[in-house]
Amino acid sequence: MSAAGFLSQLLQLAIALTLAPILVGWVNQCRAWLSNRSAPPLLQPYRMIRKLFHKDAVVAEHASWLFRMTPYIVFAAMALAAAIVPSLATDLPFARAADAIALVGLFALARVFGALAAMDIGTAFGSMGARREMFVGFLAEPALLMVLFTASLISGSTSLPTIVDTLAHREFAIYPSLAFAGVAFTMVSLAENARIPIDNPATHLELTMIHEAMLLEYSARHLALIEWASALKLFNYSCIGLALFLPFGIAEGSADWLAILGATPVLIVKLAVGGFALALIETLSAKLRIFRAPEFLGTAFLLAVLAMLVNLMLGS
Amino acid sequence: MTQIPIWAQLINLLAAVLLLLAFAMLAQRRVLTLINLFAAQGFALASSTAIVAFATHQPHLYWSVGLTLVLKVMLLPWLLHRLILKLDVKWDVEGLINIPTTMLLGIVLVVFAFNLALPISQLANTVTRATLGIAMASVMLAFLMMITRRKAIPQVIGFLAMENGLFFAATSATYGMPMVVELGIALDVLVAMLILGVFFFQIREQFDSLDLQHLEKLKE
Amino acid sequence: MIGALPLIVYAIVAWLAIGVLALVPTGGGFFGRSLFAAGALVGLAIAVMALTGIGDVPQAMVLPLGLPDLPFHLRLDALSAFFLVLLGAATAGISVYSAGYFHASENESPRLLCLQYHVFLAAMALVLIADDAYMFMVAWETMALSSFFLVTTDHVVPEIRRAGFLYLLIAHVGAMAILLCFGVMQGGSGDYTFGSMRSMVLPGAWPSIAFLLALAGFGAKAGLLPLHIWLPEAHPAAPSPVSALLSAVMLKTAIYGLLRVTFDLLNAQLWWWGVTALVLGLLTALFGVIYATVQVDMKRLLAYSSIENIGIIVAGIGLTILFKANGKILLASITLVATLYHALNHAFFKSLLFLATGSVLHSTRERSLGKLGGLIHRMPWVAWAALIGALAIAGLPPLNGFVSEWLLLQAFLFTPTLPQSFINMLVPLAAAALVLVAALGAYVMVKFYGVVFLGRPREAQLAYAHDAGHFERVALAWFAIGCVMLGLFPGTVIAVIDNVNTALIGATVGHAGDRWWMLAPISPERSSYSPLIVLVVIVAVVALTIQIVHRTYHGRVRSGPPWDCGFPMQTPRMQDTAEGFGQPIRQVFEAFFRIERVLPSPFDAKPQYRVTLSDHLWQWLYLPVVHGVEFMARFAGRIQQGRISIYLIYSFVTLLALLMFIR
Repeated sequence: MSAAGFLSQLLQLAIALTLAPILVGWVNQCRAWLSNRSAPPLLQPYRMIRKLFHKDAVVAEHASWLFRMTPYIVFAAMALAAAIVPSLATDLPFARAADAIALVGLFALARVFGALAAMDIGTAFGSMGARREMFVGFLAEPALLMVLFTASLISGSTSLPTIVDTLAHREFAIYPSLAFAGVAFTMVSLAENARIPIDNPATHLELTMIHEAMLLEYSARHLALIEWASALKLFNYSCIGLALFLPFGIAEGSADWLAILGATPVLIVKLAVGGFALALIETLSAKLRIFRAPEFLGTAFLLAVLAMLVNLMLGS
Repeated sequence: MTQIPIWAQLINLLAAVLLLLAFAMLAQRRVLTLINLFAAQGFALASSTAIVAFATHQPHLYWSVGLTLVLKVMLLPWLLHRLILKLDVKWDVEGLINIPTTMLLGIVLVVFAFNLALPISQLANTVTRATLGIAMASVMLAFLMMITRRKAIPQVIGFLAMENGLFFAATSATYGMPMVVELGIALDVLVAMLILGVFFFQIREQFDSLDLQHLEKLKE
Repeated sequence: MIGALPLIVYAIVAWLAIGVLALVPTGGGFFGRSLFAAGALVGLAIAVMALTGIGDVPQAMVLPLGLPDLPFHLRLDALSAFFLVLLGAATAGISVYSAGYFHASENESPRLLCLQYHVFLAAMALVLIADDAYMFMVAWETMALSSFFLVTTDHVVPEIRRAGFLYLLIAHVGAMAILLCFGVMQGGSGDYTFGSMRSMVLPGAWPSIAFLLALAGFGAKAGLLPLHIWLPEAHPAAPSPVSALLSAVMLKTAIYGLLRVTFDLLNAQLWWWGVTALVLGLLTALFGVIYATVQVDMKRLLAYSSIENIGIIVAGIGLTILFKANGKILLASITLVATLYHALNHAFFKSLLFLATGSVLHSTRERSLGKLGGLIHRMPWVAWAALIGALAIAGLPPLNGFVSEWLLLQAFLFTPTLPQSFINMLVPLAAAALVLVAALGAYVMVKFYGVVFLGRPREAQLAYAHDAGHFERVALAWFAIGCVMLGLFPGTVIAVIDNVNTALIGATVGHAGDRWWMLAPISPERSSYSPLIVLVVIVAVVALTIQIVHRTYHGRVRSGPPWDCGFPMQTPRMQDTAEGFGQPIRQVFEAFFRIERVLPSPFDAKPQYRVTLSDHLWQWLYLPVVHGVEFMARFAGRIQQGRISIYLIYSFVTLLALLMFIR
């Protein structure tokens, strides 16, 4: 644990906080291009967040303190996750505090608080959103954990920096189990970030909403924080994916400033490609009925389990 | 861990892809996607055979690569596509049991196959012996697909996928069979496909549907 | 200096004395309240004594009681001490709560209840320090009987009598298996002290038979599949503090028994015992959590959640056996720590939640989830405490439930080093099942907390709900703080549990206890988790964000009606009910339930929709047994003629046959 480590930690957090809304803007742009619409500006999410912060908030009459606190808690959980996931460097002092399992726990914490806040209002839509969110989560969360387990079986560690170090250092070693894990991870990320086969982030019809239904009652700064936290979540998932499946270019070990500065453009390029891929998947697929969601996620879960099995089979 | 050569790793990867595609077929409802997945599986098979041929310097395996490409990646999918167009059976395939249960059974089969293959593959001395379990698992998954599907065309695809798994076991685990055997198998598959095609038309003539449950009436 | 064991015996005697004192007829509720409070102090004293004595060498003593030539042997070792800490800590809180609870309820005989309650406590403590089969069984049966009377406190209600009967029945089936297990383990020596069983090396398959009998017997008490059937009936039937005791402490005595027999009394473990326990535990956990999601009664929901947690604990024991049998001592110690940690956690959060439901029940007289809601406004204390309990049981960082799950998952990740390849393949499946259980556990808790405390009150009279009394608040705070502390300082807790490891496994976890603020079994590169840092960072970010937002933006906050989607007649009844919230899970896991639906016809003027869920096992296992027993009873009934001379003939013939036999 060094001073440079702390600095790189803070730098990474700052980059995550600033880049996350841009990533969402980029995905929206790509989606617009792919469906032949004229694209919103790249910084549109920023403008929205800024506008929301300046507005007066309206809170439902029946809301309790839980409802008001939730945006802050969700935001804090996502920020902590952004500090843990190695995106620029693997020398992260905070990452000792929470390994891969704890990371999934943090996501679960944010999810549970979101669902509780949605139920706090006492409307039909709020509780419907909460129920659906938990319904999606109960399969997505284990699947994500299984993906991370596969990676930790390869590296013999659940600590994210160690995993990424091991994966980035492999000498042309191909891990077939990662193929399964990659497919499973993609499916989970789509579901967890309220993306198309499971949920539509652009929907305006309450009955088809999952994530949005939970946020119906939020406005102004609360909504801004939640939107920012969602963007951070997408950023975190992208970074987990990049760290596990394309770890090249990350600053390894106790790296110096030069390496971290070099890693930044690589990260941006990788995120841009990843964001485009996400938009492509979203454009090419259709939203599933809610009761097809367990099939989709169950498949992801079983693929992740299969990844662990294949790892054991080929490793022995 | 001793470093295994890059080509063997590639074969391991392709083995995983093969299994992944077998699972995808198990989970797939649409006939058209099923055929495409089958073609992709054929392609993975051809690539792995090509790698084996290149790495072990067995030129006769290139023949088998070509055969696989022509037969399984182009001819059979094309035939199936045409069949679907002619029979107008692009519907979704509802299985006998729902998809998650099927997948769960699939996982159990994979565990079973891996355990079965473990002692056998320890006897073998090839570098890629670990893929034997995966090949066996693909065969079993294809079999499971045949069992759980109600319509005729997915069953035929299951049969063909099963053959893919067998072929993969032969090439990757033991570096290929004699040419004659391969040719024979390829011919078998082609003929089987043609005969089944004729059957499809007959079944539909008879029952106006390709639902195999109608065949249950034939028992007396 | 006097050892911890005699002091603990005095404390148990004190409990019994309190129970007897309750029978002294005096007026006024103050007396009863102070008795429960005194019981709480005794509980606390036991916890403290056991905690200080946990690292000492085992102490033994012989009580000059019991049958001639068959005195009671007592022994306190690390395992007993750990479970005594659990018992004492949980009891302290529950007794304080009882002081408020039973005072407030107009129970017909609080005196008798006070006696039964304290006898129950004393019996549980005696089970934990018994050192011979005789003492153990006496205490075990006293525990079963006193808890039976506690469960049937409201015996005027037929369902409660039925639940009590079922409980007693399964308790005795279990006790029989335990008795047989001890019979096997004494190995023909006729010496029923645990000391002699320890030194006995059983030949052939006998150790396995003893283990299986212990698994069945203690499993029946713990609620393991398929003998879980009494648990969801008995827990809701009992008054809430008693439910808390049953769930938090009594189920743990069964875990204690299983650990005692497997690791202490039997010399060697076989790997397939571990697989059996692992599979059984995971099935139980999955079963429990899936049933918990569809419950509509809040105490039944918690009872099923107890089944889930017991399943996790037994799975942990199975994994420990697996490691120990394969000589992976270090891994076995990590797994055992995770298991015991989870047992301790469960004692805390489940007590907390049961007591919270008790307060809700008191204040609203309503147990059905469909008629509650919005209590966070009326009962802030209970809501706060229950929130901590719900988050803890859902396995969320930085609370305690997460720590034990984290440790258990770490143990699963270590497994691929086992020699049996077949088990190596099973382990990913087991880990997947465990993770699925944990995720569903979060679903259950969101449902529980959201429906009871959040939203709007579904019934009008909920507006008059009042918060818990002083005693109840103290108890709730005790458990809530316990959940947080157990979550934040895992290093300290593990250092305590490590004493049990030394006694049972013969190894210590080592590294994990090194730093009090961080958990890192094996090495920090391998895995690490620091709940304190997680909490501090979250709190810091929350505080910072609030500050920044409030300093920078001056938007006001108004309150308004919620969004009604253009439909003006939104009523609280439109919120998700408990059925509604569990419906997706019911649909996905349809095969797990026996579903009976009554669907109204479209022309029905007053349509009624009803769906009842029941357990397949009733149909598949219990009813056939019942029918079999009935058939045999009818058969036996045929020889009952009702005439005395015929009965005399039976006796005479039996006598003649016996005489022939011993000729």
